[in-house]
Amino acid sequence: MLIFTLRRLSLFFFTMLLLTILSFSLSFLFPGEQLINLTGQLYASPEYLEALAHEYHQQEGILSQYFSYLTHLFHGDMGYSMTSQLPITSEIFNRLPATIELTCVALLVAMFFGIPVGFVAAIYHRKVPDNFILAIAMIGYSIPVFWLGMLAILVFSIQLGWLPSAGQISLLFEIKHVTGLQLVDILLSDSEYKWQAFQDASRHLILPVIVVALAPATIFMRLARSAMLEVLDTHYIKAAKAKGLTFSQIIYRHGMRNAVIKVIRDVGLQFANLVTIAMVTEVIFSWPGIGRWLIESIYQRDYTAIQGGLIVLSTFIFIVHIIIDFVYAALNPLAREPHHGT
Amino acid sequence: MAHFTLTPPYYLALLLLVLTGCDSNEALYLSKQSIIYCSEGAPESFNPQTVTSGTTIDATANQLYNRLIEFDPADNSIIPGIAKSWHVTRDRKMVTFYLHKDIQFHQTSYFTPTRLLNADDIVFSFNRMLDESHQYHAVSGAKYPFFQNAQFAELIESIEKINDHTVRFRLSHSDSSFLANMGSNSAVILSKEYADQLVARDAMADIDMLPIGTGPFKFKQYSSGAFIRYEPHTDYWRGKPQLKQLVFDISPRDTSRLIKLLAGECDIIAYPIAHEKIKQHPNLILESVTSFNVGYFGFNTSKPPFNDPLVRKALSYAINKQAILETVYTGQAEIANGLIPNSSWAYDSSITSQEYSIAKAQKLLTEAGYSEGFTMDLWAMPVQRAYNPNAITMAKLIQADLQKVGIKVEIVSDYEWSTFLRKVSEGEHQSVLLGWSADHPDPDNFFSTLLSCGAIATGSNRTFWCNAKFDQLIQSALQTDNINIRKAYYLKALKLINDEVPLIPIAHSKRYQARAKNINGKLLRSIGGIDFNGVTKN
Repeated sequence: MLIFTLRRLSLFFFTMLLLTILSFSLSFLFPGEQLINLTGQLYASPEYLEALAHEYHQQEGILSQYFSYLTHLFHGDMGYSMTSQLPITSEIFNRLPATIELTCVALLVAMFFGIPVGFVAAIYHRKVPDNFILAIAMIGYSIPVFWLGMLAILVFSIQLGWLPSAGQISLLFEIKHVTGLQLVDILLSDSEYKWQAFQDASRHLILPVIVVALAPATIFMRLARSAMLEVLDTHYIKAAKAKGLTFSQIIYRHGMRNAVIKVIRDVGLQFANLVTIAMVTEVIFSWPGIGRWLIESIYQRDYTAIQGGLIVLSTFIFIVHIIIDFVYAALNPLAREPHHGT
Repeated sequence: MAHFTLTPPYYLALLLLVLTGCDSNEALYLSKQSIIYCSEGAPESFNPQTVTSGTTIDATANQLYNRLIEFDPADNSIIPGIAKSWHVTRDRKMVTFYLHKDIQFHQTSYFTPTRLLNADDIVFSFNRMLDESHQYHAVSGAKYPFFQNAQFAELIESIEKINDHTVRFRLSHSDSSFLANMGSNSAVILSKEYADQLVARDAMADIDMLPIGTGPFKFKQYSSGAFIRYEPHTDYWRGKPQLKQLVFDISPRDTSRLIKLLAGECDIIAYPIAHEKIKQHPNLILESVTSFNVGYFGFNTSKPPFNDPLVRKALSYAINKQAILETVYTGQAEIANGLIPNSSWAYDSSITSQEYSIAKAQKLLTEAGYSEGFTMDLWAMPVQRAYNPNAITMAKLIQADLQKVGIKVEIVSDYEWSTFLRKVSEGEHQSVLLGWSADHPDPDNFFSTLLSCGAIATGSNRTFWCNAKFDQLIQSALQTDNINIRKAYYLKALKLINDEVPLIPIAHSKRYQARAKNINGKLLRSIGGIDFNGVTKN
């Protein structure tokens, strides 16, 4: 386990190194002055800029500049947004929870729908349900997310008028920002309209969650299907069959558990994909998350925001990745101690 | 099968339970007593004294504040506001206002009034703008564009408190637009008591961002660029508003406003697109009002090649206004013959729009030495306003028009609205598509604000055109009360604009808004934005 952990940590270290080098070099590659790109101080006085130049070791070599940039990063100082002139750190931490909420709910939905459906397909291997599920999975996976989002708005918001099309919650409800996770904040708040707010927020979640969840759900379907097929082909299942267990006993006791472990490993890989889809979805559904903010920053050429957003978003994805690796390792002894069972 | 597993039908049941909820008493629903207005942009400030932008005026002026006198929404005549009556002396150099005695200021989390409105508040509100040594004058940048353009500092000699409910304005000369100016959106009354408290707390800048007024709604919360939340002012002197909440949802994209209206997320939207679709919809109403406004194509006359009147004149021949009217305004506007709309009393039919003639344009360009053409930038405003519902399309049409006379146009439009306005008033542009919605029905509001020399400093003259003769004409027009004499001066001014072409007036449009059928009350005003007082939902 120690070696496993160390391996993950070294991977984390080198990835972060590359990421910070990339982000640091972006400040040179973007048009305009490098120091201003790095700090976002568009309206600073010459004296203040000079002090900043000193602070970022501008007069010294490139390596020293890079280390002073790292020091600032570690202190949570990513400069100021060029458009709003607010600290990038506070901008990001105001918006990241909304993205976490959307992606996590979507991930759960994708898993809880995709995996069982995949199992069903495996159980009916090469029969009508299997073919049907595979076809659906293929279609779901191939639909471009922005098109699906707009279609969902067109049908469910505009034509039918069932579900809202924009934002996290109706503006009528005043929910205090505590954790940033809207549903949690609503439950923590003492508003007299708490229940209405909760309903409203859930209604706002439905369309974006479905849009974000569709592609990963179809991937989970196919993964779960092949994992289950693999498991059903193993000797221990054959042994169980020979012992006279019923088919449902085999599936529930032996098949599902072992197949889920195989899928869990891929959840981490899917997470990066999920965040990418969420970024596009946030734009379509005006979701106040970090993805929309980052895309707007690109439109407005807010270089400091692009650098800061890049670092935080990739770190976030990477951390989730590692956490899922650990969960997988905890569930599956084969992963952490390769000499077991070989 | 002994194991219980959660299969999709169970989640669906759980989800439905959450969504349908348990309390079904409709009257308790917050949404039944609140209005969400989807506006087109974020306000720059919460004090209309400091701005002239329509977005800010819409969001603040009638909602948060009152003025000494106001305009009747029906016929734009002057009616009492905070002043229940007023008296003008015969030489028209002294105006006395008698105030209502029962006007209460807002009580909010940041201010609790201890007294009713009195003459001190009036003196404070105006002296803040007019007296450069006033401690509040420089707060928020010392810019009071409306009154600075109207040159109130020179006009008003003194403002005296006669007693607690009587105020007297002494004027240096008679000015026929004085009363109209006092009813404009920028002439709002602030609380002196609040201002004094802010001085004590050393938080003077809050006066414009955490507003206290006497209007039907009071400020609750503003999330920058996202929304504004107002609460009803329960002690409002004209009667308590019916609503429980008024929210401005700031949605700059016109398509997203339309979707929000169709999905029921907004009750009312500003500047709707797809008029036909809204008219056909059973639950929606499309409304319009003919506004006092003008959309124009302005030149930065301080930069070449537009410092040459010949070039400007040439361009005025090269623009096909009719095509713009049909494409950009979809016919819902009239061609602007001059700076002021046809419904103004100062309009004169002898002023006509420049004909569309490529040959004449070419000839003038050759005369000016630009037979080869040139490259110019054209700044198209990034938001929709009544006077220009789609500046980018308009810019593209102009681009195509000017290509015919060999001029290459580069369109600049990717700035956010407030940045755009700042850069344009700093003169970074060569030419710009902008417009103006009048604050009051007096024609002077168009001339002084858009083209006077004084307006260059305040940033509302975006052409940087300063013409002594023109300034002389509009000043003379203000010194008389005789409408015919004033009209003659304005006619000369309009002719001068046609000759010198600091800007090309394009259209006077109607202002539209769409709302759900369950919203009652008159909201749109032909002058000075919108007014939520008396608007209800059922």
